[in-house]
Amino acid sequence: MVKHVVAEVAAIPAGARHVTEAGGKRIVIYNLDGEFFALADRCPHQGASLSAGQIMGHVCSTAPGQYEYARRGEVVRCPWHAWEFDIRTGKSFFDPRRVKTRAYDAHVECGELLAAESFSVAVENSYVVVEV
Amino acid sequence: MRGFEGAIDADLHPMVPGLDALRPHLEPFWADSIDQRGLEGFESQSYPPHAPRTVRADWRPQDGFPGLAEMQAWLDQTGAAIGILNPIYGVQLIFNADMNRAFTQGLNNWVRAEWLERDARLRASIVLPNETEHAVAEIERLAPDRRFVQAMRLVMGELPHGRRTHWPVYAALEKHGLPLCLHAGSAYRHPVTSLGWVSWYMEDVAAQQQAFQSAVASLITEGVFVQFPGLRVVLAESGVSWLPAFLWRMSKGWKGVRFEIPWQAEPPAETVRRHIRLTAQPFDAPDEAAAQLLGHLGSQELLLWASDFPHWNYDGLPSLPPGVDREKFLRGNAAALYHRLERVPA
Repeated sequence: MVKHVVAEVAAIPAGARHVTEAGGKRIVIYNLDGEFFALADRCPHQGASLSAGQIMGHVCSTAPGQYEYARRGEVVRCPWHAWEFDIRTGKSFFDPRRVKTRAYDAHVECGELLAAESFSVAVENSYVVVEV
Repeated sequence: MRGFEGAIDADLHPMVPGLDALRPHLEPFWADSIDQRGLEGFESQSYPPHAPRTVRADWRPQDGFPGLAEMQAWLDQTGAAIGILNPIYGVQLIFNADMNRAFTQGLNNWVRAEWLERDARLRASIVLPNETEHAVAEIERLAPDRRFVQAMRLVMGELPHGRRTHWPVYAALEKHGLPLCLHAGSAYRHPVTSLGWVSWYMEDVAAQQQAFQSAVASLITEGVFVQFPGLRVVLAESGVSWLPAFLWRMSKGWKGVRFEIPWQAEPPAETVRRHIRLTAQPFDAPDEAAAQLLGHLGSQELLLWASDFPHWNYDGLPSLPPGVDREKFLRGNAAALYHRLERVPA
């Protein structure tokens, strides 16, 4: 895994997404209330950009007419066929074992440490980093 | 032409020869109403009694309608151990809910007295009145008689079959272990196609499968099998071959919009395989496509053999779909479905 500095933390506010290229791959980064998650920006079905998909929560049910809606903002739906993917894991909801998009580790690092690793960053800022 | 010894024939049609036949089986008020109202009969455009397609020409006796004797001769001929009666008579067309209830009860009484009492091989569907509360009451009235092995509605009624207004009916059926049979036909509350009325018999026959598709879609999406996991549904005279393509479409759409129906937690095809069975008369696929079709269905447990006596389109012995598991098809699947047949003579 190679570390890539994506953007300053302030550039991806909560609820926003950010598309980047790292290691030759198109990657979309989501900020869920201060936690960052990175997915391959490619639906495993036919390759659409998930970053263009709508965001919603996850709804499940124990009986007809009951809607248990949770995790608002943590589900991305492919813009082409509306398949739902868990932003935290890249797994689909209809077949999580077999249908998923690649998830990468994303996190925040301070500029000082990144500078020590020879990244050209401002030491006073924090950055979103993805490992690809 | 024996060859079906021990089989369960899942779709036979006892023909009501006329309203007079029902008269002794009606409540007195409704029996007298036949004359007081000048009722002539409840004959439907679905299999009008005198239409050649309603009775195969070589099965139509001189006096017009095959009766018990002809049915018995047919069972003797096939060797079937059990035959399930689905009376098709136009009671569902009656708009007056009380009259619909009364004549449907009369029809069920007629089946019991004139058919079930007279041949131990026969079983029957409880024909359901249209109104939910009447349907529940009819189930409760007849369920104690274990010769009634399921309940029957026409596939085209007033509302889609999954709608919650029907749920008390499904609760009653589940409680008694009775499958719901949806039989080809219409109560003519709506045109038989969503495009409007058709011109020809051939269009009407072809349109039935659209109705079966919509019925299955409604049952699945409304969550009937989630709410009533013990309920089983039999599609009678649907033609069968439409099912795989329809399930592909349903399951494909479900992947994208399952959030609309979050109670449907598995692909619709899996729910169908667990809850729905189909009588295989008629069976639309030509022989050369049958094996592939069975592969697409993905199960040997969905199909029930039926002769559809005395309707015209019986395919006969040679049409057992190539590749079908003969024992399951002729007997095993029906025996597993109809719990009330546990003591079927072999």
